[in-house]
Amino acid sequence: MRKLTTPLDEATVLSLRAGDEVLLSGTVYTARDAAHLRMLECLRRGEPLPFDPEGQVIYYAGPTPTPEGRPIGSIGPTTSTRMDAATPTLLALGLRGMIGKGQRGPAVAAAMREHPAVYFVAVGGAAALMADCVTACEVIAWDDLGPESVKRLTLRDLPLTVALDAYGGDAFTLGREAWLQAQHRQND
Amino acid sequence: MREITASEITGAVARLCVEANRHLPADVAQALREARAAEDWASAGGILDLLLKNADIARETCMPICQDTGMAVVFADVGQEVHIAGDFEAAVNEGVRRGYTDGLLRKSVVGDPLRRANTRDNTPAVLHVRLVPGDRLTLTVAPKGFGSENMSRLAMLTPAAGAEGVRDFVLETVERAGANPCPPMVLGVGIGSDFEGVAELAKRALLLPLGEANPDAYYAEMERELLAAVNRTGIGPQGLGGRTTCLGVHILAAPTHIAGLPVAVNVSCHVTRHQTAVL
Repeated sequence: MRKLTTPLDEATVLSLRAGDEVLLSGTVYTARDAAHLRMLECLRRGEPLPFDPEGQVIYYAGPTPTPEGRPIGSIGPTTSTRMDAATPTLLALGLRGMIGKGQRGPAVAAAMREHPAVYFVAVGGAAALMADCVTACEVIAWDDLGPESVKRLTLRDLPLTVALDAYGGDAFTLGREAWLQAQHRQND
Repeated sequence: MREITASEITGAVARLCVEANRHLPADVAQALREARAAEDWASAGGILDLLLKNADIARETCMPICQDTGMAVVFADVGQEVHIAGDFEAAVNEGVRRGYTDGLLRKSVVGDPLRRANTRDNTPAVLHVRLVPGDRLTLTVAPKGFGSENMSRLAMLTPAAGAEGVRDFVLETVERAGANPCPPMVLGVGIGSDFEGVAELAKRALLLPLGEANPDAYYAEMERELLAAVNRTGIGPQGLGGRTTCLGVHILAAPTHIAGLPVAVNVSCHVTRHQTAVL
């Protein structure tokens, strides 16, 4: 399986295709509903974001509290489409990757073609397993949001699938159609 | 008259919150293993393997199976010969507070739906109380994540829509849900009653053991047909294609009005959690 390390450059992003399975390592930032609203508010006010999105990857996730002696609690992806409204703005600022679950809206796919980026899906609900792929976690902004605060995570080999690539390829559609065609052939 | 104290209720709810979030119910684990054995699509099989491995890790490390440890939905069947010493609702909420705090579960509840400040202890619970014969108190805690809850739907169909209308509504709900509810999903379907009653039927249907058919042959057949139809959509685990879209469909039907056919679909995920204790 292909291994990737963040930050992601344009060439790496352009080499990925929907359906590719990868192991991701390096720094990523967590942000979900409330943090996205605040990031947009920062931009409206001309204030800096908690991190520079250039080349970075956002993980749509809010972990459970950290147990004693571990870097982080359970941490699986949340439903990405709730962040769709904020995503084109962040992509225009250089965001290169997102990790979540579920489909995205057409505006996100279009913005990913304009500003090459990749949307990965992690296995929703496999949150204890994914905690084992996080080696460090630090809250960098908005601690008052609790599970929704912005955290800097260090990943080691997080198993992901490329769901949307920078060319408009969509693993949900491709995967489903391939399966349906295989059934059709079997039944012929 | 048998007395049950508020502190006994608090202790039981706290324990059930933690257990439900760390241990996949035996019926769900069994359904996942059977689905894995029947899944011949390689990428889908790989995802199901990760889900089974995740459940093992959660149990061994005492970590929550899923980071969305849910809203605490609590069902209480109170025997009418039980006397509860203390404030029942406060006792349940104290149990949720302790379970979610001591058990290191995520606090996912906001105190107001629009102003959205986190209550920081996952209270209040969603509480469903029934008065039943006997001198026991049965408590079920079913933590519900909102990835799947958000995909749930309710419709007031016309009687003329009939079984086909119900079937179409269920399949349309699944289609709209797609990858979002973390398939393989579990579907609780309520049919009948009234507007709020049908939603509760759908929620209660999620508590029924997977693999156990409806006692009414008519609805058992409908459950089988719906499950087969959902598993022909190709949505697959995580929506990435495959046979395993759904682990089970449970229907709860109830009397309704001559003018109506309410239907509700409560969508749940592969971590359909519930734990029960009898006091």
